[in-house]
Amino acid sequence: MPNILLDARNIVKHFPIKGGVFLKEIAAVKAVDGVSLTIDEGETVGLVGESGCGKTTFGRAILRLEEPTSGDIHFEGESILSYDKNKMQALREKMQIIFQDPFSSLNPRKTVSHIIGEPLLVHGMRSRKKRDERVLELLTVVGLRKEHMRRYPHQFSGGQRQRIGVARALALNPKLIVCDEAVSALDVSIQAQVINLLKDLQDEFRLTYLFISHDLSVVEHVSDRVAVMYLGKIVEFAPSQALYKTPLHPYTQALLSAVPVPDPALKSSERIILKGDVPSPIDPPPGCSFHPRCLFARDICSKREPEFREIRDQHFVSCFFAGKLTLDK
Amino acid sequence: MAKEKPKKNPEDRHPFFDQISQLWRNKTAVLGLVIITIFILSAIFAPYLSPHDPNETSLYDQLKPPVWHATGTWKNILGTDDLGRDILTRLIYGARVSLLVAVISVGLAFVCGTLLGCIAGYYKGFRESIIMRCMDIILAFPYILLAIVVVAYLGPSLQNAMIAIAITYVPRFARIVRGSVLEECEKDYVSAARAIGARDFRIIFIAILPNCLGPLIVQTTLGFASAILDMAALSFLGLGAQPPTPEWGAMIAKSRALILRASWVMTFPGLAILFAVLGFNLLGDGLRDALDPRLRD
Repeated sequence: MPNILLDARNIVKHFPIKGGVFLKEIAAVKAVDGVSLTIDEGETVGLVGESGCGKTTFGRAILRLEEPTSGDIHFEGESILSYDKNKMQALREKMQIIFQDPFSSLNPRKTVSHIIGEPLLVHGMRSRKKRDERVLELLTVVGLRKEHMRRYPHQFSGGQRQRIGVARALALNPKLIVCDEAVSALDVSIQAQVINLLKDLQDEFRLTYLFISHDLSVVEHVSDRVAVMYLGKIVEFAPSQALYKTPLHPYTQALLSAVPVPDPALKSSERIILKGDVPSPIDPPPGCSFHPRCLFARDICSKREPEFREIRDQHFVSCFFAGKLTLDK
Repeated sequence: MAKEKPKKNPEDRHPFFDQISQLWRNKTAVLGLVIITIFILSAIFAPYLSPHDPNETSLYDQLKPPVWHATGTWKNILGTDDLGRDILTRLIYGARVSLLVAVISVGLAFVCGTLLGCIAGYYKGFRESIIMRCMDIILAFPYILLAIVVVAYLGPSLQNAMIAIAITYVPRFARIVRGSVLEECEKDYVSAARAIGARDFRIIFIAILPNCLGPLIVQTTLGFASAILDMAALSFLGLGAQPPTPEWGAMIAKSRALILRASWVMTFPGLAILFAVLGFNLLGDGLRDALDPRLRD
């Protein structure tokens, strides 16, 4: 049994909507609504879902970049939500994040050596010479060259910038890296480069990834386990192979059927086309939040919330009829 | 590669040198720098440069025209005012006062305004409300009235007038900085700085603030210009520089009755203000471009 590195329990993040004269809270966007997830040391957990389902918020919440409204996060067995500023700062050495947009995640006023060296400086490496040595090392690791050190972010291409972001995340030798749509902004050939880089780094430094993406095929390629998120909740969580071969939740099935396959022989009729839009996270539907769009919805779905249960080995689903229904209705 | 001679790579330089050379390549900025340098030098070396004593009156030399005028003499190159004081001398000494006023009052406003704006923009919440509402209150007064109130309370002197001007300028800086900080806070590099464990001080002043410099520098150079003018207004009302201190604004104010009879008395201090303001603005534009790596070629 591998060690559990991160254990997020029932994470809730609501963004209040204030209105009226006295700015009272009139409603809340339930961005993350009770998500539990464990990440083992050295594995890659994929987190997929359509835009607005709360996957980025969840990723930021486990790093405490957004303070969760409720829930508990255990990192290496310790609850980190009660940490004060100083303890949290020390912990940040072990958890890092790679951002989606390589154009806004690097400070345009700073040179590359400053950007990558800053984590080192913040964590007490005062000597400039030592920092520069380490920065050079990191640049080599991510495939950039020494002469890039004094350049500014705008002098790089998107892929190179993302590599700088990776180097920054690696600077402190973290254990966990949250890759928040780390490759979504890149074109396909660069995506492959960065993904392979991330995989190589994982082997080399025993990294653990939470890989957030909306791209199912990328997630399948990198992940050991995959969680599917819908409207602030995880609807299915299973080892990658099991999830892609035998998806049990109707939403996962619909998502997977929508993945474009470069094969003209496959008919589009096999696609499940979901009706309607994602409901508003301000006022999610009662019961199973997916029921208004679900092909198999029954009465019970709108009344009770399905339990998140283990149907097969390691395969968790929150659906009343998981495994009992098939696509051909 | 035939031989591996360690050649000095231009990219190994500290960014500061790039900024200097960038500024140097910008001809208008250099012009601004030259103008300001001239003013600063004449302010420093005023006693050696000026032909007369700035406060020496001479009843026989009242309202002498400048030298190129038919009746002008080399004794008073730019002529004299209604008390017979040499205008060139007073302009040179006036540079001391005016530059001091510009730098100190704008500097004071810059520091306070930036600090308040950063706090308001970064922390948001009640701190923002309190700070920005205070700024609104200051802005709600006509600023010259506010300056008069402050000077009246502290007593009329050059020093108090500078404080008054500084206070009336604080909201401009605070608002600009708050706006920029709010905008920058949304960007991922701020999250990244948080994620590496940087403290608020570092995030605000090392990560965010340099990105807000553009509008700030423009506002500062404009501020220099209007501070000189506002000081002139306060002096005009008798609340700023006290006579006989040579101050450009006060010189204009005092000679307004003479504009038809002896236009030079008013023209030269006006030109001095014009060039000082122009110099600051040109330099400010150049600085803004030089400090932003994205605008470099």
